[in-house]
Amino acid sequence: MDIRDGKGTRRGWRHAAALAVALLAASLAGAPVRAAAPGDDAPHVPDTLQQRIAACTACHGPHGEGTPDFFPRLAGKPAGYLARQLGYFQAGLRKYAPMEYMVRQLSPAYMREIAAYFAAQQVPYRRSPVPALPTAVLQRGEQLATAGDPARRLPACQGCHGRTLTGVEPDIPGLLGLPYDYLSSQLGSWRTGTRAAAAPDCMATIANRLTPADITAVSAWLASREVPDDAHALPAGSVQPPLACGVLGGGAAAGQGAAP
Amino acid sequence: MKRLRWIAMAVLLLVALLGGWLLTGPHRAAPPSRVDSTVSAAMLKDPALVARGGYLATVGDCVSCHTEQGGPPFAGGRALPTPFGSVPAPNLTPDRATGLGDWSFEAFWRALHEGIGRHGELLYPAFPYTSYTRVSRDDALAIFAYLQSLPPVHHVAGSPSLRFPYDLRKSLLAWRAVYFKAGAFKPDPARSAAWNRGAYLVQGLGHCNECHAARDAFGGSTAMPLSGGRIPVQDWYAPDLGTQAHGGLEGWSTQDIVDLLKTGQSAKGAAFGPMAEVVARSTQFMHDDDLQAIATYLQSLPPRPAPPARGTVPDAAAMDRRGGEIYAERCADCHGKDGTGVAGVYPPLDGNSAVLDPAGINAIRAVLLGGFPPVTGGNPRPYSMPPFAQQLDDRDVAAVVSYIRGAWSNRAGPVQQRDVFRYRHTPVQ
Repeated sequence: MDIRDGKGTRRGWRHAAALAVALLAASLAGAPVRAAAPGDDAPHVPDTLQQRIAACTACHGPHGEGTPDFFPRLAGKPAGYLARQLGYFQAGLRKYAPMEYMVRQLSPAYMREIAAYFAAQQVPYRRSPVPALPTAVLQRGEQLATAGDPARRLPACQGCHGRTLTGVEPDIPGLLGLPYDYLSSQLGSWRTGTRAAAAPDCMATIANRLTPADITAVSAWLASREVPDDAHALPAGSVQPPLACGVLGGGAAAGQGAAP
Repeated sequence: MKRLRWIAMAVLLLVALLGGWLLTGPHRAAPPSRVDSTVSAAMLKDPALVARGGYLATVGDCVSCHTEQGGPPFAGGRALPTPFGSVPAPNLTPDRATGLGDWSFEAFWRALHEGIGRHGELLYPAFPYTSYTRVSRDDALAIFAYLQSLPPVHHVAGSPSLRFPYDLRKSLLAWRAVYFKAGAFKPDPARSAAWNRGAYLVQGLGHCNECHAARDAFGGSTAMPLSGGRIPVQDWYAPDLGTQAHGGLEGWSTQDIVDLLKTGQSAKGAAFGPMAEVVARSTQFMHDDDLQAIATYLQSLPPRPAPPARGTVPDAAAMDRRGGEIYAERCADCHGKDGTGVAGVYPPLDGNSAVLDPAGINAIRAVLLGGFPPVTGGNPRPYSMPPFAQQLDDRDVAAVVSYIRGAWSNRAGPVQQRDVFRYRHTPVQ
């Protein structure tokens, strides 16, 4: 804990006490707290990871809850997955200039710590609007998610993302509770090359086999699903992936942040 | 009339001579090949030499430019953007086809010292031979030995894409005549060993002046060394490095400079933008005595002329009021209502060189982009600043930056909404 006022021991002790109370309150309430001591101009800074990563929480929310319209939710996603994404922004596999700038000088250890913070956050999922689509489209979406389409060499989403579609520790994210816009734009990004993963990039293969109509269908079906009470990712080893994926240790270049 | 004709003829003659000179091939003697080199392959394998070269390559931060985003270190490909086009840094690994595998030390030395490539071609000064010419031959040999010890990576770095006439390498003859003179570093016997070491590092391998001095319309610099300047295209302002009166680092102690270079943060400010990368990849690994030497040298830079009086903008009073409100609401929690910051955590804004640069670029971009100071051994989990690009519009950013630049003891001029608009749309390199 840092007490940074340098204005005498008595004040220091008073502030230490105030800060201790504030930190206790913060740990109980889970909310950012700053101990404001009257008559002292220097701000007091909680020595917490949440305080350190204000740059992340400014957009993604204090607990990684995200915003409905733009900034993706991070809360509860598997830690390995989140750490990999930070590494991908660093290596330019994922393209979004503000994120690339943000993570540029972070160390792998710090990125893992940040990823673990967001992975541990428990935030209720909120429903987001799904476009009104004909039943046939949603049925196609369900088919893709649960059975795949062997004719087009498309494995089911469940094949990797787990029977419950809530992801698999430590590297596979869940697909439920995410907005339609987010899901469809991620699949689109894989097709345009602004999002990629360690080679062999099986999601790129799949996204390129999907038609635009399929992307709409599967995104809409996933976004319309209820999130189960236990939305945690399944334990490691719960799936036998149908494709060789770099993120799952398949292929040669599975290293985090490694270029393809 | 007759006199005019004479002048015209003289000009024609000059053009003809220059044209002939430009059109003929390189007249420089080719450097010896690898087999004929005075430096044998065995000499280059000396582990002590390789280790020393590794340190010097770190001091020179070769890896930053010579590595593509996410690519293998030293294999080249990162494009340096310039107002004349972009110049990708070549592959420095000892791959024979795409790297330095066929280079002799003599060829490497000529590139570093004279800015001339292996086949006699003039090198673009995106490669800072204007500074590296002061690197000693011994140090160059160590760096070469280190580079030759790297695993060879087959990777074509690409060729420059420059506008006419800059795409003609011969056009560099004129540029070099004005801006470049090959020459060794000359120690000043009247100064201490530390000062001389610092000057050697700053002026040579550290190539600090390449960013920290203004460039003119032709991309050369004739400005006072280390007096600060806008980095073209990237649009950051590399501050004046003087620590005496009116210097960009006025009041910085030796320790402040060492702290910033070693940890990315000091009591006077934090490294961000391009300097964060320099600290992360280079200066944090430098030996303490070298950092002390650099600080000693910077402390000796002469006082600077007083800046012009603080300008004003229309609506200054209303802007200042608005800026003060935003500051209290968004900034004071971390930087303090008196701009003092929090030691070791958040940099002060009162007297901070990044706030006070003449163009206001750094403060505007810091507010828009936020970010982390570099992660270093001395600061492995830095506190960060939120980006405000999504939360504040151009007018509000201009107001708060203008407020900060004029608050407390700060006396820098206000910035304008149109500046914020511009830097909001500057691509992040």
